[in-house]
Amino acid sequence: MLKLENLCMTVNGDNGQGREIIRGLNLEFEKGKIYAITGPNGGGKTSIAKLVMGIFKPNSGHIYLNDEEITNLSISDRAHRGITYAFQQPPRFKGLTIEDLIKIARPGIDQLALRGAMRDVGLCPEDYLMRDVGPGLSGGEMKRVEIAQVLARNAKVTIFDEPEAGVDLWTIQKLIGILYNKFKDNPESITIIITHNENILRICDEIMVIQNGLVQARGTREEIWHLIKDDVECKMKEQCGELLTYEI
Amino acid sequence: MKFDNLSLELLNTISNLTKIPNGAANIRVDGEAVVCSSSANVTITPREDGQGFTLEVKPGTIGETVHVPVLLTQTGLQETVANTFIIGENSDITIIAGCGIHNPSHNDSRHDGIHEFIVKPGARLKYVEKHYGQGQGQGKRIMNPTTKINLQSGASAEMEMTQIKGVDDTFRSTIARIEDKASLKIIERLMTDGDQSAESDVQINIVGKAGSGQILSRSVARDKSIQVFKAALVGRVECTGHVECDSIIMDNARISSIPELVAEDSEAVLTHEAAIGKIAGEQLIKLMSLGLTEQEAIDVILDGFLR
Repeated sequence: MLKLENLCMTVNGDNGQGREIIRGLNLEFEKGKIYAITGPNGGGKTSIAKLVMGIFKPNSGHIYLNDEEITNLSISDRAHRGITYAFQQPPRFKGLTIEDLIKIARPGIDQLALRGAMRDVGLCPEDYLMRDVGPGLSGGEMKRVEIAQVLARNAKVTIFDEPEAGVDLWTIQKLIGILYNKFKDNPESITIIITHNENILRICDEIMVIQNGLVQARGTREEIWHLIKDDVECKMKEQCGELLTYEI
Repeated sequence: MKFDNLSLELLNTISNLTKIPNGAANIRVDGEAVVCSSSANVTITPREDGQGFTLEVKPGTIGETVHVPVLLTQTGLQETVANTFIIGENSDITIIAGCGIHNPSHNDSRHDGIHEFIVKPGARLKYVEKHYGQGQGQGKRIMNPTTKINLQSGASAEMEMTQIKGVDDTFRSTIARIEDKASLKIIERLMTDGDQSAESDVQINIVGKAGSGQILSRSVARDKSIQVFKAALVGRVECTGHVECDSIIMDNARISSIPELVAEDSEAVLTHEAAIGKIAGEQLIKLMSLGLTEQEAIDVILDGFLR
């Protein structure tokens, strides 16, 4: 279980004064479930993900993974504990190939698994493995590479930060299939997806609506759809031009 | 000829060699050519004074690789060596050079290598050169390479010149002349740390119509090291040229990047890009989120950047 207890985080605001972006947050995530975190921009969704990964440090509160406190562990120590995070906008690296990066993500990965991770996200290994994770890749290709690395890791806690952003509809559809097949009812993994995509929300066991650094609502899609419908449909229109849904 | 472990280590670092290569080769150790062999298509003739050679590739030679590394392991050795490479018409050849200095003493070790390339019409050359220094002594490890390139009509060359690490002081001078429809790509990679200094001065003169020249430089400066990179592209006729200088600066280092474009013809299309910056924090965080420590992440980023 992943547990966030009384987490608070303050950042420097534009006026030079502290602005509290996470306010006494209490959350529990159980193994075998897929969780969605949704809510308006600036509500604290990505901050929660970065707190779990150790990229942000809380001002107070505690984070536990399987009863071990990890609040003060470094990013790499948390990675070794089995936490992984797919960035919303992954950075580019001059001179590092996609193969290099996946091998860093999962040392010792065999060629079959490596190529499988590439194919899972719709990238042909023959065409892409030796390409630089650099300016030559489009935003959508970068996103797929990011997801391929995360999939290769087989982590205990996997966090996706808006995996649908900047990705074409075909890839989103494929991604939803991957998330469903790999993580749904997987008793060994906790999956957290920050998303505004209705089709991704459909495969999640529980949805948390985060606003002003707090949980505003929590429940199944059916229980809270009336609260998030407008926001989700608005985001879907932004991404797709019109509202599209996929059958799973 | 047998190499001691130290020489083999240096040889492997600068040219990936673990034994004496087959075919044409010239291996110079401590001021003396200990291996000098020719092949049916590549002739290596030592200069009379022993300070270099002339390497001649027969026209139409395809796919041969020639190794010409230099090692300095004797303390305080200082030498100037001049080599001439004549690449015959329509041949396609790879030359692997490089210099490794091991200097454990308080005396400076220095190798000044003057390489002149004459690439005949239609020929293709790939040249790979690595410079590396090691040893704990106070004496400096100095390398001053001078490279002169003459690309004749329709010839092409890719020159990959890398300073891996451990070179305390270097002045690299590269001058090229490109004739019609010839193309040259120079890739330079430089790594300095400690109190090291490196200056590179590259000048490409495109004198032939439809010639092209490209200079790609990547460098990393750490600690208090100093780098100066000058890249001048002169287009005298209708031609294309591009200069790209990309540097990572760390600690208290200093980097000057000075690209220069000179067009003497309205049909010359010359461009340049230059960027100096530190390692992006998000790159470090990304690699750390995959399980690397901060230092491991820095090493991976720098290795990739200079690859």
